[in-house]
Amino acid sequence: MAGKVTIIVHSGDMDKVYSAFIVANGALAMGMEASLFFTFWGLQRLKKGGLEKGPLSKMHMLGLGKWMVKRRMKKAGAASLERLLQDFHELGGKILACDMTMQIMGIKKEDLRDDLISDYCAVGTYIDEAKDSTITLFI
Amino acid sequence: MAEIKVDCTGETCPVPLVETRKALRKAKEGDIVEVIGTHPASKKEIPLAVKALGLELIGVQEEGGVWKIKIRK
Repeated sequence: MAGKVTIIVHSGDMDKVYSAFIVANGALAMGMEASLFFTFWGLQRLKKGGLEKGPLSKMHMLGLGKWMVKRRMKKAGAASLERLLQDFHELGGKILACDMTMQIMGIKKEDLRDDLISDYCAVGTYIDEAKDSTITLFI
Repeated sequence: MAEIKVDCTGETCPVPLVETRKALRKAKEGDIVEVIGTHPASKKEIPLAVKALGLELIGVQEEGGVWKIKIRK
């Protein structure tokens, strides 16, 4: 099975970023290619030290909900986002950063984890990746 | 021909699948990768990945909630 998964990571919410990485890593594990296009709130997670900082999309409750969910995830043996990101990178996944979001939000290259980012780009690159993809998602 | 062991006991989605793939990537043709784990869905899904990757599934065993999957690259 070949094929490719392209995901727009628009949300910076912890649970949604988890979904994006789990789907992408599953695809890589099954022999597909995977590209993650980080934009808007999602791009915040690529800031240095920002990966685990996202709120919970529901019942965040000033951090209490997130704390409870994280505790339960730890108990269930769930991997950290950092581990999922490292696995994604090791299996050849591609990370793209939206340059318009960087301009709008005043994010500089040096604020981001540049070593993991394949390209700084715009919608044309997303379409170029997505047109050959068998699966594309917006998270 | 080497036999590579991957222990995913206690790990959950997507770690067993990803660790299997990582081991298979590093393995040479003819090597055997043996994955051990406890995550129920991975017992079904690792064979799906093996098929998708066009590799040979040697066997799947389970005893007391611990499964063992053998794959030949």
